[in-house]
Amino acid sequence: MESFKIRLAMKNLLWIQGLSCNGNTQSILNAENPQIYELFSKINLLYHPSLSVENNVLDIVEDIYRDRLSLDFLVVEGAITNNKNFHKIGDYSIGEIIEKLKNKARYIIAIGNCAVFGNIPSLYKENKDIKGLQFKFKEKEGFLPSDFKTSSGYPVINIPGCPSHPAWFTQTIITLYYEKPLILDKFNRPKELFMYLSHDGCIRNEYFEWKYEAEEFGHKEGCLFYNLGCRGPITHAPCNKILWNRVSSKTRAGMPCIGCTEYDFPLRENYFETKKNIGIPEEVPLGVSKRAYITISGVAKTLKNERVSKKLEETD
Amino acid sequence: MPRTAKKERKKLEIIKTACKLFAEQGYYNTTIPDIADALNMSVGNLYNYFNSKEELAKYIMQYSSKLLGEEIKKINEIDISTREKVFLLVKRFIEIAEENPELIDYFLRVFLSNREVFSEGCEGFLCVQEVVTEIMLFLEEGVRKGDLRNQDLFVAFVSIMGPLGGIVFLKGEGMLMKEPIEYADELAENIWRALKSD
Repeated sequence: MESFKIRLAMKNLLWIQGLSCNGNTQSILNAENPQIYELFSKINLLYHPSLSVENNVLDIVEDIYRDRLSLDFLVVEGAITNNKNFHKIGDYSIGEIIEKLKNKARYIIAIGNCAVFGNIPSLYKENKDIKGLQFKFKEKEGFLPSDFKTSSGYPVINIPGCPSHPAWFTQTIITLYYEKPLILDKFNRPKELFMYLSHDGCIRNEYFEWKYEAEEFGHKEGCLFYNLGCRGPITHAPCNKILWNRVSSKTRAGMPCIGCTEYDFPLRENYFETKKNIGIPEEVPLGVSKRAYITISGVAKTLKNERVSKKLEETD
Repeated sequence: MPRTAKKERKKLEIIKTACKLFAEQGYYNTTIPDIADALNMSVGNLYNYFNSKEELAKYIMQYSSKLLGEEIKKINEIDISTREKVFLLVKRFIEIAEENPELIDYFLRVFLSNREVFSEGCEGFLCVQEVVTEIMLFLEEGVRKGDLRNQDLFVAFVSIMGPLGGIVFLKGEGMLMKEPIEYADELAENIWRALKSD
């Protein structure tokens, strides 16, 4: 009886999935500090498709819809469609489930690029009706209206990534749990996380500054931006601030950032190649004009830094 | 006139005179007193503007690059076709060369001939950055629009600058049968053919 009372006093979280590869669930299972069981010892997990065994999601949805159960956090993983041939929960499409819950949840959190922007599922030619919760790629033409807000006053809070980092999710949930304010950017991503670029904190920054470019994979030296497609200076993500598994990041391991927190992630091609016109990257780092980028690159290359031209093991 | 503007105007006067002397007599045969003399200035006063002959030599290049770079930037920002831009670029380059023959002489006879003077602080593209940047921007935009071939940057760069430098050199040598501007369209056509996408 005692535990039942505690459960009643706790905030509720419901996790549902649309068109998803389950990647964000896999990611959240790796959460540390807090770990997932610590998080859900403070917050009551009503249902999660991969974790719940006994609870029936449709009963829970119905209870929330009938105001028999309060819903603090609705977490949505995966893209949204009304087409039941592509996805359904019981006899409902994921779209219908969202419709039932959208005005009941205090906060709606879209986790992962599919729920945020539609991502790869939105590319299906066979079904044009696949969207993110509030965005379809760059446009605010998602499943919910552009001016939609939950009772908390926030629009859908977007935590993109393919997958998103578990700490991005836990940090956001904890901020909201304690009723602390979140500042969102133009894609409704928490600024505290997404005001950083994945370039920030990259251990290859010295090579970026002096325009010493890696020509191929497998070396500790060289910046991956100019030849190997790295999107670090163009991508909002704290991947080199909040490390993955607390250990590393793509760029630290020698893999280019592929820009998976941005709306255009699935719209690009040749992820390991920088698109260049006559030797000049078509997209230059955020905040600089192409003119400024060319100027600073020319100066950096001319002045030469002895250190970056050596193998790291051979530097003084 | 504010002091800084006055100083800038005087600097320009010094540049023009120095350019002429450097080009005529050679860099090493021209001294700061020679330049001061030609300007009716005291040597001490000239040093108020430039600390050394080398600094003056580098400043001339930076000044020329800025002058030409700003003109190319204007062309880059006009909303016309890439082909028209090539024609305009060639025409403006020749006009500027005609308006400032001493700068061209200086470029050919001092900057290209006395590389050791420019080896520190003016090496590579450092003193001609504006021109190089604007030419690169022009090429990048042309390729992005599909008008120009996506070729090696340096090949494309010299395909533009080579003919332009060549024609003003021949003019300086007194070899041309016609005025340089009369060759502008033919030169532009050749440059366009070297760069265009098909």
